Amino acid sequence: MKTLLILGAGTGGTLAANKLARRLDPREWEVVVVDRDERHLYQPGFLFIPFGQLAPADAVKPKRNFLPRGTKVIFSDIVAIEAQANRVKLTNEPRVISYDQLIIATGCEIAPEEVPGLKDGGWRKNIFDFYTLGGATALGECLRTWPGGRLVLNVAEMPIKCPIAPLEFLFLADWFFRQRGIRSKVELTLATPLAHAFTKPKAAAVLGGLLKQKGIQVVPDFALCEVDNARTTLVSYDNREVGYDLLVTIPVCKGAEVIARSGMGDELNYVETNKHTLQSRKWPNVWVIGDAGDAPTAKAGSVAHFMADVLVENFLHHVRGEPLADQFDGHANCFIESGFGKSFLIDYNYTTEPLPGLFPLPVVGPFPLLKESRLNHWGKLLFRWVYWHMLLPGRLPLPSRMSLAGKRA
Amino acid sequence: MATIELAGKQFDVDEDGFIQDTAQWNDDVARAFAEQEGIVELTEEHWKVIRFLRSYYLEFGVAPMIRKLCKETGFQLKYIYQLFPTGPAKGACKLAGLPKPTGCV
Ligand SMILES: Cc1cc2nc3c(=O)[nH]c(=O)nc-3n(C[C@H](O)[C@H](O)[C@H](O)COP(=O)(O)OP(=O)(O)OC[C@H]3O[C@@H](n4cnc5c(N)ncnc54)[C@H](O)[C@@H]3O)c2cc1C
Repeated sequence: MKTLLILGAGTGGTLAANKLARRLDPREWEVVVVDRDERHLYQPGFLFIPFGQLAPADAVKPKRNFLPRGTKVIFSDIVAIEAQANRVKLTNEPRVISYDQLIIATGCEIAPEEVPGLKDGGWRKNIFDFYTLGGATALGECLRTWPGGRLVLNVAEMPIKCPIAPLEFLFLADWFFRQRGIRSKVELTLATPLAHAFTKPKAAAVLGGLLKQKGIQVVPDFALCEVDNARTTLVSYDNREVGYDLLVTIPVCKGAEVIARSGMGDELNYVETNKHTLQSRKWPNVWVIGDAGDAPTAKAGSVAHFMADVLVENFLHHVRGEPLADQFDGHANCFIESGFGKSFLIDYNYTTEPLPGLFPLPVVGPFPLLKESRLNHWGKLLFRWVYWHMLLPGRLPLPSRMSLAGKRA
Repeated sequence: MATIELAGKQFDVDEDGFIQDTAQWNDDVARAFAEQEGIVELTEEHWKVIRFLRSYYLEFGVAPMIRKLCKETGFQLKYIYQLFPTGPAKGACKLAGLPKPTGCV
């Protein structure tokens, strides 16, 4: 009997478990999944919690429900991965698991402690994040009665997961304060280390236009050095200042601490991964899916989903002793909530930036790309259902490779 | 596409003034850019940053993370801003002849 060990049962780990359990012979392979948290958090839902559009409880379901029958699920913190010895140490029983093949899916998390001043003053008083369930919930409570003033959304440092979420937050904030009748008392500002609103030029132009139209100011090239709590002011490395009354922060996102402890990560704890095969660059029996790796594409659930097909095929080739055939192209795709019941949809990969057109099928779509529409908004809302019922079980019939059909370059 | 003249040669540049064909780069290009950026003299420390950025880019095809740059050069980010007032991306990468870093993805 051989062991496939999967570390992390978030989006990527759950998908990999479901897809591989169907393909591996249970008489030959035991699939073991380890995660420290029994709850599966629907992170895309965190965006809606601050605005009262989603109840925190609706973003949480038991992990076990989404993992295939027959897999052994262990809830425990992971102490260390000892890749040299093909084993992993846990805090709970059985303490040590030896593996034949390992899939790392431990994701990434915000690291607010990286910025001086961010966590040691106004944290959860006038400084909030919405990238954690606790942060999004606390921010929701604050926003319900917030009297208005300067709301600054700051991206501290790249990379962050879901690089589009900061913009969506601002679009929704504009809508939310209009609903509350206090938009004229609120100044909305985006302070970002990027030169433009988004990382990809064509989409940045469209989204930048939308920010302007909604009266949201942009402070570009703002590399955050420290948060001065006493003066409620952000200070950049080149000594520019942005004052706030309410700071919504997106701290830098780092890979799991256990990756650093195991000596397997880069400066931000991301595992060195072959960006096309999704195999570790160091250990041929170690695979990486989702936010945990250093592939230069967006850290997003849709990416983990597109990665899963490639990873499964390469994994099967590898254990059969065949050369790896499948190539991941960096495919990412996301709905961008733009407020007032509308959304955009963008689709891109390592080499092609988001283009206008229709998705997923040319001509019939139905979802228009790089264009605001009501249909896309329904797509975004429907996505929560799709996530739990089709994406996690590995039954979402979308090709992993990006298609250029129906797009206008 | 815009072009600029640096050190007596023509270069295609993007809208933020980054040269498009990194192979055309040489030390004189860095010096000419430095002048544009108001850097009086390129010291050994400037060159350390520039050389690291170039070798990383030529090996991996992307600009390094800022943290990587700090670790490899031993300079704090604050100090890199002193060397290159417009910062590691808009300043140092431009001098090193890299295309504009996108801040990952
Ligand atoms: C506000 C917000 C909005 C988003 N919106 C979108 C969107 O619209 N579309 C989209 O595609 N993506 C979106 N995302 C991103 C998406 O949620 C993530 O990219 C995706 O969940 C990544 O999957 P993953 O499997 O790599 O990591 P995760 O799903 O984060 O799973 C990692 C797992 O590893 C476990 N783990 C980590 N360390 C340890 C340890 N030491 N021991 C045991 N277990 C451990 C964790 O408990 C967790 O269950 C959003 C994210 C946020 C925060």
